[in-house]
Amino acid sequence: MAAHVNPSRRIFIGAGLGGALLALTGCGGRTGDVPAGTAPAQGSTGGGAGSKLKVFGAYATPIEEPWDGVIHQALQKVADEGLITYTHSDNIGYDGGMERILRDVCNTDKPAIIFGDAFGNEDPTRAVAKDFPDVAFAFGSGEEEVAPNYSVFDNWIHDPAYLAGMLCGGMTKSNVLGVVGGLPVPEVNRIVNAFIKGAQEVNPKVSVKVTFINSWFDPAKAKQAALAQVAAGADVLFAERAGVIEAAKEKGLLSIGCMGDQKEQAPESVMASVTWNMEPTVRAVIEAVQSGTFSASNLKDHSFMKNGGSDLTEVNTAVAGGIPQDLVGRVAARKAEMKSGAFTTPVIETTPAGSVELS
Amino acid sequence: MNVVALIAATLVTATPLLYATIGEIITERSGILNLGIEGTMYAGAFGGFIVTANTGSPLLGLLAAVVTGMLAGGLMGLLTVTLGVNQHVAGIGTTLLLIGASEFSNRLLFGGGSLTQTAKFALLFTGVPVLEMYLLTMLGLAVVAPLAWWLLRSTGLGLRLRAVGENPEAADAAGISVERTRYVALVIGGALMAVGGAFLTLAVLGTFTLNITNGRGWVAIALVIFARWRIWPAVASALLFAVVDAAQLQLAITPTFAHVPRELMIALPYLAVIIALAVAGRGLRYPGAYLKPYRRT
Repeated sequence: MAAHVNPSRRIFIGAGLGGALLALTGCGGRTGDVPAGTAPAQGSTGGGAGSKLKVFGAYATPIEEPWDGVIHQALQKVADEGLITYTHSDNIGYDGGMERILRDVCNTDKPAIIFGDAFGNEDPTRAVAKDFPDVAFAFGSGEEEVAPNYSVFDNWIHDPAYLAGMLCGGMTKSNVLGVVGGLPVPEVNRIVNAFIKGAQEVNPKVSVKVTFINSWFDPAKAKQAALAQVAAGADVLFAERAGVIEAAKEKGLLSIGCMGDQKEQAPESVMASVTWNMEPTVRAVIEAVQSGTFSASNLKDHSFMKNGGSDLTEVNTAVAGGIPQDLVGRVAARKAEMKSGAFTTPVIETTPAGSVELS
Repeated sequence: MNVVALIAATLVTATPLLYATIGEIITERSGILNLGIEGTMYAGAFGGFIVTANTGSPLLGLLAAVVTGMLAGGLMGLLTVTLGVNQHVAGIGTTLLLIGASEFSNRLLFGGGSLTQTAKFALLFTGVPVLEMYLLTMLGLAVVAPLAWWLLRSTGLGLRLRAVGENPEAADAAGISVERTRYVALVIGGALMAVGGAFLTLAVLGTFTLNITNGRGWVAIALVIFARWRIWPAVASALLFAVVDAAQLQLAITPTFAHVPRELMIALPYLAVIIALAVAGRGLRYPGAYLKPYRRT
């Protein structure tokens, strides 16, 4: 997530004026934002048996950014159930803030578990984990776990991406699809390549236009990239990044959402969304820490569709023009095979070309 | 390459730059470098979005953006004209403040939830080649740019504005209020920058997202220098940047260019501006009182 550089101090500098604006508009709001080190000590110390575990979230990007948002939502949900006490700091950025905040929290707040995303902060997070072996670290990462206390996870949502590809391959009339992604890192490549394979399974004549906008979050740019794909003939779009659905809506085309369920944005256009769910990962780590069995591991399996970590939302057959039942059935059958283990989605992490033609 | 789509995409990409660049030219010609531009665009995008979300009217949202931009310009005036603070520091501070305030308010109002869709300006002349554009694009090209050109060139205000930007001592001696003129320039410039930002929320997306301007203000700063503080070259430079960007988006997904490194394709519009600056930017003459706060001695 290295491109989204967004110094955390902005939010704090703006706090005063923001508060004034809020008072003027007279609207209520929520502040989930507890700056590191200032969180009041709640409950007992982290590892105490029988009491709620203390969990801290450390996010490089704002939680409005979908990737870290998924981790935050899962932890918030578990906290709402009363399983843990949860505080977090977001928008930490990539300029040294991560290590400082993690050390600060480990020294003052002593959480039992720290979740976060290490993309762009791999070394700082590992350095802190080494110095605090009693704290369980679980970080989104493209690298390996480190014994004894640093586990890694990643969004393994290639299964639903493959299914989305099948839908798009079946619905295109021009035999050209468009995908707009963030940056060509292995995690995103995996999704895009699985999507392409799925499309090719249903429609061997399909070609796929792939654009990376070199940013994790620039919806205006993503929309322009999608419109360029439409100009090149694409008639079904996969919105790996925000902004693409707006282009599909404007041109009256079908689309696929990503990360969260994005049907609301354009019910006439969004056929389904590829979603990631961190709850299985979060619960597994919490249970392991509670039972004293936590050790460094790669938690990726918990993000697999068969374990409930990712999914393709229910196919929205109410889109403009409808979706044929046999295609919906075919996707459902493939989904069942993925869950039973009868079908394994290919994992390809090389960068797809800008235009993937028939092989 | 699809030329009709290329023109349409160029106009959309150029519009925020067009407004921001004209706004910055008006400000800089009065002797103030306004690095608050990125934050002003951001705040304009947010202010326009909030009002549109609450009223359902993009026109009221546009008005809110104008007011936001005028306030942002006024703040820059307070810092650089009244207090005489270093313009680089004041500008970057203003940008950080406005982005922080927008993000913080957004957090309080929408609590990290999904994107809220609002009403937005529709495309005019949909399906008609070349003419298919947003109202703000048309206004920018056909009204704002000629008006700004005429303002700077032929009106009393424009003359005073350039006078305080070139030689504030002489202007002051001639009875022109340096402070008031610079405030006026900052307020007008700020309003235009904010409209450029609001174009993203009110026309392109119909929603606000964090990081919405994504450095477009900094591009405008470069375009102003490239255009040598003149309006029509500024319009041309915004269109040049946009056309290269639109072209690379189309070319990168053709079979011919599919294997050219993406980083190179993405960098093309910036390269075009840097090369243009290197070629056309030599022997630049900055406004005479550029970066200098004015104090009567």
